[in-house]
Amino acid sequence: MSSRRSRSRQSGGSRISDDQINDLVSKLQQLLPEIRNSRRSDKVSASTVLQETCNYIRSLHREVDDLSERLSELLATTDTAQAAVIRSLLLQ
Amino acid sequence: MSSSTTTTTSGVTLNPKSCRIKFARRFLRSLAQIKKQKLPSSSSSEEEIRMRSKGIKMAAYYSMARAVGPRMNWSRAFLFKLRNRVRHPKLVKKKKKKRVIMRSNKASRSVSSVHMDRGNKLRELVPGGKSMDFCSLLEETAHYITCLSTQVKVMQAIADHLSK
Repeated sequence: MSSRRSRSRQSGGSRISDDQINDLVSKLQQLLPEIRNSRRSDKVSASTVLQETCNYIRSLHREVDDLSERLSELLATTDTAQAAVIRSLLLQ
Repeated sequence: MSSSTTTTTSGVTLNPKSCRIKFARRFLRSLAQIKKQKLPSSSSSEEEIRMRSKGIKMAAYYSMARAVGPRMNWSRAFLFKLRNRVRHPKLVKKKKKKRVIMRSNKASRSVSSVHMDRGNKLRELVPGGKSMDFCSLLEETAHYITCLSTQVKVMQAIADHLSK
């Protein structure tokens, strides 16, 4: 009895970390626009989620690159005074 | 306050809204500074734009890391790396990634090793990811993604407003 219990606890212990990882993966999945809408029961494997996560981070980095360039071009042509305007816009 | 605050398993609260405001404040401040900076007049306007966009990019990442503060691993790692680069530029060598690809037949690789592979790719993308265990890597990644998309949205909003 006791040996069985200890064994079940052992497997339970490893399951907890598995559950934890599954939980984190599904949380991550919710953040990914590509596969956000598929339910947990749907077959989105953890490695797909991780792959998509990598793609998404790369695409966000690219967007930051593009936007930096765009902002740089815009800064050359616009007044600084507008920064105050934007600030009030964003912080409302 | 009906803000959508989520709590990660490590108890770190993640409030996208406050992050957004903090980031926007910092980023706009540094945009104003960048605008004021005079670049060497010898440079062409194209070069000037390129140089400035580099500065803006750094300012954006830096502002977000500062907005998050030291409570997350990734922001701490990012700020640490950046500060070292500023203080000891000579010590920071550009690491050339030497990739020795020794892939045996793919069929022999287990599912978990595929996970680890993906995890390794993720580690390169998330600041400080190389020294995290898998669980916190996933947590930090979730937070990092949220922050990055906030960053993109705010930058987009500023750009849209400026181009009006």
